[in-house]
Parts: sequence; structure tokens; C-alpha cells
Amino acid sequence: MNNYSLTLESVSKIFGRRLVFKDISLQMSNGNVYGISGCNGSGKSTLAKIIAGLISPSSGKITHLYNDKKIEPEYLHDYLGFVSPYLFLYDEFTAEENLYHFAKIRGIKINNSKVDNLFKLFNLSDRKKDILKGYSSGMKQRMKFIFALQHSPQLLIFDEPTSNLDNAGKEAVYKLLEEERKNNLVIIASNEEVDLSFCSSVIDVEKFKIV
Amino acid sequence: MKAYSLFRKDWQSELRTRYAINALAMFILVTISVILFSIGTEKISEYLTGGLLWVVIFFSAMSGLSRAFVSEEERGTTLTLQLIAAPSTIFSGKLIFNLILVFLMNIAITILYSALFESFVIKSFDLFLIAFVLGNFGIAISSTIIAAIISKASSKGTLYPVLSFPILLPLILTLLELTKFAMDGNSVGDSWVEIAVLVCYDVIMLTASYLLFDFIWKD
Repeated sequence: MNNYSLTLESVSKIFGRRLVFKDISLQMSNGNVYGISGCNGSGKSTLAKIIAGLISPSSGKITHLYNDKKIEPEYLHDYLGFVSPYLFLYDEFTAEENLYHFAKIRGIKINNSKVDNLFKLFNLSDRKKDILKGYSSGMKQRMKFIFALQHSPQLLIFDEPTSNLDNAGKEAVYKLLEEERKNNLVIIASNEEVDLSFCSSVIDVEKFKIV
Repeated sequence: MKAYSLFRKDWQSELRTRYAINALAMFILVTISVILFSIGTEKISEYLTGGLLWVVIFFSAMSGLSRAFVSEEERGTTLTLQLIAAPSTIFSGKLIFNLILVFLMNIAITILYSALFESFVIKSFDLFLIAFVLGNFGIAISSTIIAAIISKASSKGTLYPVLSFPILLPLILTLLELTKFAMDGNSVGDSWVEIAVLVCYDVIMLTASYLLFDFIWKD
């Protein structure tokens, strides 16, 4: 089994004069699901984005290791699957075209059986040839999971994973979580109790606001 | 190859949404028409037509080339790009897209211009061709990095020409000079200093853009 781990050392984030969180130090490894909780505007998404390397921390250090080898920030996207309410796919393309372009840009071959299974899991098989513009918000949310898992990443970050989803969609996400937690490192940023029930440990961002 | 794939995605997206092509085509038509109407039946000097050609090219570039990054920002797909490719791949892909767009746009402008302005006569075609190719590279490189900078700002429309003007000014001035030489029939050998300036401009802008892009792209 491949090992993936990440370490946060005294990570802080300040937006202008506003302190979002201070001195977060953590160690995470694959085979586990970790949760990030906190009230609205507490900085859950900010912490998720910092871990994903999408924004820089104001201070502190994040280290990603794959089989004890450090992953350079430039190549982190090859190991990362990310789902977030701020993520948008290309509305002018069909679901299939989106995945085709993403695979080409990543420089990987499309794993048709994996993609087909994901389409089946998220009940989008009969709509994969439709442009995303015609998708509902729930269908777009389902599509984000297919996008995030297309390249079989080792680190999965799900920010508000069940937002906009109906019960069937939520069930598909939970089934996926059960599967992915076996080998990969999964991080969930959410306030939903059911989402967080999958986590082996939960970080409350609110506790890191003390100056 | 990854950059080419990003270009293909952008090109297919452009053909469907017509974000930049329509803006550029309309701008070229309107600007050339306005120049034609304002000149009327008067005869203008050769040098002035040469100068006006680069004015049309400069403002057309201002109207369409920022779309490469602005459209991603407006659709919220910047995050998606960050999740699938390294910054250098993204810059290269966007640069290829803008290069193709600039060449298509400027070839169309020059053909229209030659057909509509009698006094636009190029005597040294090879010199004009060198200036045209190097100039297009310079415009595409500068426009791409400026587009990346302004895409993060709230007042994108105003900021693009404001930032572009000082950056593109040395390029446009050199191109004006070389166009004048080409109209006079000077040889390439007589104009090597200006050609060297264009090559230096392109190399400096390309190097600076790749070095800067990582910082612009993140946060």
C-alpha cells in the first residue's frame, strides 16, 4: 500500500486585519478520514484550500509526503482530488468532454471503466452527453466528485461534500467515503453531523482563533 | 503536450461561447470603419496609415486578449485549472491561445487595411513580415501576463489598457519605426537594431512572465 501523509506546522491565516486561525499543527496519514468543523465563516474552507495548496498560509508550513518523498507544491494537483462549493466545471462542455479535457491537460489516459463506474455511482450515466449548463445544482455537485476522482488521487479534500445533494446523492458520497478511506487520506470540511461521523478525528477551527 | 491540450480546451470553448472572437471581430470592423469615415476623401500620408495600423492592432488586442484569464475568473473555473495543471502549463496553454488569436486578428486587420487604404504600400515585404511576426509574439506574451494580473482585480476593464500601455509602448514604438522602414523600402540589414530590440523585448517579456506567473496565479 502506498503511504500518503501531510503535516501542518503552526499554520496561521490572516485576511487583512482579521485573524482566521492561528497555530494549527496536525499530522494526517492515509487510511483515515479527518474532519474540519466550525461555524459559518470560521475558516473551514480556508484551511481546506491551504492544505490543497490553493492559497498560501500567512505563516507556518505544510508538507505533503508520498511514500516518504516530499511532493513539490507545483505537482500537488497530481495527488489531489478536491470538491468544493467554489469549484465550477465548464458549462459549455458535456460531462464527458469535461473529463476528456481534464485528462488530456493532466497528461493521463482516461480510465473508462473507472469513469463509467463513477457515472453509475452518481446516477449520471444517461446524462453524460449533455452539456453541464442544463444540469441542476445537485447534478453539478455529483459531477464534481467524478472530476475529483478521475485521476485516482491519494489525497481527497471534500468541502461541504453533501451540499445541494438529495438523499440518493448523499448515499453515493457516503459509499464513496467508505471505499476511499481504505487506502487514501480523506479530509472533510463540514458541519453536517452525518458527514463528520466518518471521521476518526475532527478539528474545530473555532478553537484556533485565540490571539 | 499538456499546454497544447489546455489550448485545445480553450479553443473549443471559444468556438462555443465566442467570448473573444466576436469582441475582436466587431472591434476591428468598427475601428477601421471609423478611420475610413473620418478620413473621407482626403489623402493621408503613407507614414500615417502605417501608424494607424498599429493603433488598430493595439486597441483590438485590448478588447479581446484579456479574455484568456478573465473568462476563467468570471466563470469561476480558475480553481478548476489550479487543480488540474501546474502554473507553467496554464501560462503556456493560454499563451498559445493568445498567439493564435493575435496572429488571426492581425492578419485579418492587415489584409483589410491593405485593401481599404491606398496609401498603405509596403515596399520591403520581408522586413514588414519580420516586424509583424516578432510584434505579434510580443503583443501575445505581454497581453497574456497582463490578463493574468488583471483577472484578479475588480475593475478589469479599466485596468487592462492602463497596465498594457506602458508595457506595450516600447514594442509599439519599435513596430512603428520598422513599418516606416518597410514602407521606405529599407532592407532587413539596415534595420537590424530595431529587429534586435524586438527580439530582446520578446525574450525579456517571456522570461519575466514565466517567472512572475507562479506568484500571480496563486492567491
